[in-house]
Amino acid sequence: MNDALDVALRLLAVFVVFLTFPLIVGQTEHKVMAHMQGRLGPMYAGGFHGWAQLIADGVKFAQKEDVVPAGADRRVFQLAPAVALLPYLLVLLAIPIGPGEGAVGQVLDAGVFFVLAVMGVGVLGSLMAGWASANKFSLLGGLRTAAQLLAYELPMLLAAASVAMAAGTVSLPGILHAFHWWWLPWQIVGAIVFFVAGLAELQRPPFDMPVADSEIIFGAYTEYTGLRFALFLLAEYAGIVVLCGLTTVLFLGGWHGPWGADGLGWVWTLLKTALLAFVVIWLRVTYPRLREDQLQKLSWTLLVPLSLAQIALTGIVKVVIS
Amino acid sequence: MSPAAAATAAHATTAAAGNGHGFLSPTGVEIAFLLVGLVTLGAALVTVTTRQLVHAALWLVVALGGLAVEYLLLTAEFIAWVQVLIYVGSVVVLLLFGLMLTRAPIGRSPDADSGNRWAALVVAAAAAGALVWVVVDAFRTTWIDLDGPAAGTTRVTGQSLFQNWVLPFEALSVLLLAALVGAIVLSRKATAETTPDTPAAAGAPGDKEGAR
Repeated sequence: MNDALDVALRLLAVFVVFLTFPLIVGQTEHKVMAHMQGRLGPMYAGGFHGWAQLIADGVKFAQKEDVVPAGADRRVFQLAPAVALLPYLLVLLAIPIGPGEGAVGQVLDAGVFFVLAVMGVGVLGSLMAGWASANKFSLLGGLRTAAQLLAYELPMLLAAASVAMAAGTVSLPGILHAFHWWWLPWQIVGAIVFFVAGLAELQRPPFDMPVADSEIIFGAYTEYTGLRFALFLLAEYAGIVVLCGLTTVLFLGGWHGPWGADGLGWVWTLLKTALLAFVVIWLRVTYPRLREDQLQKLSWTLLVPLSLAQIALTGIVKVVIS
Repeated sequence: MSPAAAATAAHATTAAAGNGHGFLSPTGVEIAFLLVGLVTLGAALVTVTTRQLVHAALWLVVALGGLAVEYLLLTAEFIAWVQVLIYVGSVVVLLLFGLMLTRAPIGRSPDADSGNRWAALVVAAAAAGALVWVVVDAFRTTWIDLDGPAAGTTRVTGQSLFQNWVLPFEALSVLLLAALVGAIVLSRKATAETTPDTPAAAGAPGDKEGAR
């Protein structure tokens, strides 16, 4: 009974995080973008600085009619948002936010493999949406999504492999237990590659070619309305939370901080994750969209060689210090 | 391994793992294994029989994911996640990419059929029969002790891979490298041959090449 209660509490906690954190990132994005562009942003809903805007958006999405285009493949079309969203929920289960058994949904032996494998599945949702919509813009968006995933999956995996080599384990808490502060400069190239490749996998600007509004409307999600569209948006923001959390755990030392008492490790994890989420928003406001060929070129000619160099460096240092 | 030796080894394992196993009193894990196996088999059958091309690829996802769950139930965690990463995450995405690029109409594809279907069925049945026979013969009544130390963790897999199977592993990686180089050579040769044939249209592919 106690075990069952423990499992239920963990699942509930992860689910609450899954429901709240993406919304917090979304609200932050509203505000940060508004300030960076010297405008007000949504200011009316709820009174104080428009804090209730997201709730209003949610109500709006829930009220809209759920339209399935006549020519669409109904079942695939309706299933796609769930396929896009659920993997991020599963990944959140495995990310540790503090030391000890209590601060992670489920300790997995092959944690790094689990998170990268399951994150890759989320892209299937976009592909299904792009194909099933019976719309040429959607199909183009799906194609671009697939091309982008194929290009950026490799550097992401290689960068993560470098950390796993350094730590000698593929378990996420295990990597954090092995962490020292000098890993930061040692793995910095891998960290940047991982973060950039993750951004591309999430199709966030400047890698938002698959949903480029000026060319293909909204890519694979063009035909979606109401709650299903909201689920895709939620998947994007859940993806930001997952990517920032993973980068924190793999490269920035997770719960380790320069100071702080025992038991406050989770504060460090959350702080670093929030900082990275801020960077994600910042990049969106700052950089113009990459063209498709620039996008592919960046991955194959820059990120892949960099991550290979990082693995070589990791191997050399590992042999020297052991 | 000869059948006799396999039987002896299996007998030893059975003795070590306890004698409480039987087909008439299955445990929860065994029932789950069987059910997931049935789902996997069903998805695989739909994959090869459906007339809708993209549906076939999506059913393939179900079949491959079911296999990953089977690996998990057999405590081979590492293999399970690699299965998801490589097959569901990459191979199927590549497949869908190819389908979308060529021809993947919504609804039935009239030409999604082959005159070789009976030959394919025979080959598939023969391959499946051979595999099942080999596996059954090798393992007989071996039981995995689920309560003991996990037999398929990353550490165990890595140790057996890099201590006992280094040579096959390296040979395979060289083979894959050769395939990679071959693919690049083939694709480059194709563009070199087409460019001189169409001097009028040389501008467009040339620009494309430069942009890459």
